[in-house]
Amino acid sequence: MPTTSSQQTSDVAQASASPGRTRAPHATKRLLKIYLEKPELAGIVLLVVLIAIFEWRSDGVFLSTENFRGVLGILPEVALVATGVTLLMICGEFDLSVGSVFALMPMTAAIVMSNGLPFWPAVLLGLVVCAAIGLVNAVVTIRFGIPSFIATLGMLFMARSLTVVVSGGFPPLLPDEIPSWIFTQFIGPGQLFRMSFLWFIGIAAIVSALLSLTNFGNWVKATGGFLDAATSMGIPVVWVKTTCFVICSVLAGFAGLIQVLRLGSPLPSIGIGLELQAVAAAVIGGAALTGGIGTIFGAIVGALLIRVIDNGLVLSQVDANWFQFAIGALTILAVVANAWLRRMGRRIRVGV
Amino acid sequence: MTTPLIECRHLDKWYSGVHALKDVSLTIRPGEVVGLVGDNGAGKSTLIKILSGVHEPDKGQILMGGAPVRLRNPKDAMRAGIETIYQYNSMVPTMSIARNLFIGREPLKASVFGFGLLDQERMRQESVQAIADVDLHLRSPDALVGELSGGQRQGVAIARAMHFKSKLLILDEPTNHLSVKETDKVIGFVKGLKDQGLTGIFISHNMQHVFQSCDRVVAMARGEIVFDHPVTETTLEDVHEHL
Repeated sequence: MPTTSSQQTSDVAQASASPGRTRAPHATKRLLKIYLEKPELAGIVLLVVLIAIFEWRSDGVFLSTENFRGVLGILPEVALVATGVTLLMICGEFDLSVGSVFALMPMTAAIVMSNGLPFWPAVLLGLVVCAAIGLVNAVVTIRFGIPSFIATLGMLFMARSLTVVVSGGFPPLLPDEIPSWIFTQFIGPGQLFRMSFLWFIGIAAIVSALLSLTNFGNWVKATGGFLDAATSMGIPVVWVKTTCFVICSVLAGFAGLIQVLRLGSPLPSIGIGLELQAVAAAVIGGAALTGGIGTIFGAIVGALLIRVIDNGLVLSQVDANWFQFAIGALTILAVVANAWLRRMGRRIRVGV
Repeated sequence: MTTPLIECRHLDKWYSGVHALKDVSLTIRPGEVVGLVGDNGAGKSTLIKILSGVHEPDKGQILMGGAPVRLRNPKDAMRAGIETIYQYNSMVPTMSIARNLFIGREPLKASVFGFGLLDQERMRQESVQAIADVDLHLRSPDALVGELSGGQRQGVAIARAMHFKSKLLILDEPTNHLSVKETDKVIGFVKGLKDQGLTGIFISHNMQHVFQSCDRVVAMARGEIVFDHPVTETTLEDVHEHL
């Protein structure tokens, strides 16, 4: 929650109001508590440590502009998926179908484009398909009361199969005249970013603001934090969950489109395993499987960690097959570290 | 006699063949604190769920201030001024006190179709005030509810009800899972309701608590009201005999 500055001021006011305490230690203690309880802290620490290690192991190549351009160029794809998955996890649900939706959306768009539909309507249609899948996920999960893990596991297979079926075995070529530069063009100082990075930053900022600044965000956190309380306070929990499912699917599809435009061809096999990377990113960033806890910023940190490991291992000339091992170990480490930090934070009593 | 705050007339409710509520009528006057007692399955929860908008009665009518009302969902009930505090499920532990206080009724700076930007400053200020009003001493509205003790949580829930100027506060076994000291605190809150101009229904297994804090005892058994007397005119034994 972006409340730190006002907490500090109210804290100072309180500290000066209570003459029994000295001002500085109290304020420091409270700040320490606030930061220890931030769910994304462990991820940030791991990220800094890993960047330092890779920078050292690669003799300074890792943080060079050329290399970081590569890392940031791919980041939006996994980070957008992780953003949606995190939103849904905060809401108390789960989506395993994002990797398949990631492939289905650009495939749909490419096929209708090859049949003559212009770029933007085709993209819109692709996103509508994603929204429909999110809706089906939501209806199956909520209406039939089955865990979203199962509902979306089913959708993982169905959406992947659909992708292969509609591709007809021969993925269509993307028309030449489409404005893919809107996503793929390099920009910024030292051509460091692709345009997709801007899209991603914009979307992540919107979702993040939605979560922390609006009443909808309050409902999402309440729904995931304690469903019974949310229901008894009159929050439309079915509606809230459905919206999160739809946003998650749409973001996954949009991320898939970005990847396809970068690669130049819609392959039916893209995004396999991406759902688990996205969950790992969310969890590394502090999201809890039980719902209610997590931040979009944390998910981005988690996604960046995954990209950094992927790239850093190669630069450090480690066998690339260690990539998945590293992701797995980091996920576990981050969760354990997070739980530990939070306990430390809890133990600091600042007179609640 | 004053107009009753709330009046239930001939309520009936079936749950898949079980007649959970049989022709229940109950009148509560403003300022009264009514203790509702009875065994598990006596129909207390059903009656409470109807009053808090979780279920609708199959038959019968509810009047507030003399006018019939329909409570189709918890939101309807809250709008009508009925707030319910459950044993533990009215607070989200992972959210701050300020955010919990305003769940579902957030003050907005700007909004479109009911969605909009939270007025976080107002939430924080008003929650400090609301908590102070129930004599609860919490330092920061930004503390997570999960860090509060059970009694403090119920205190915050009561502060919430008062802040939103509820007319009827239903406390559904608010002292379950609490230590003796915490229980006393909650009983203290219940006693304080009248001073705040609130009417209350206090559901409890503990007859002592009811006699300590309520004006009237209503006992239910097998889906019916079997006993209804002011506490001053009855004894613990009397109530037990009817259960």
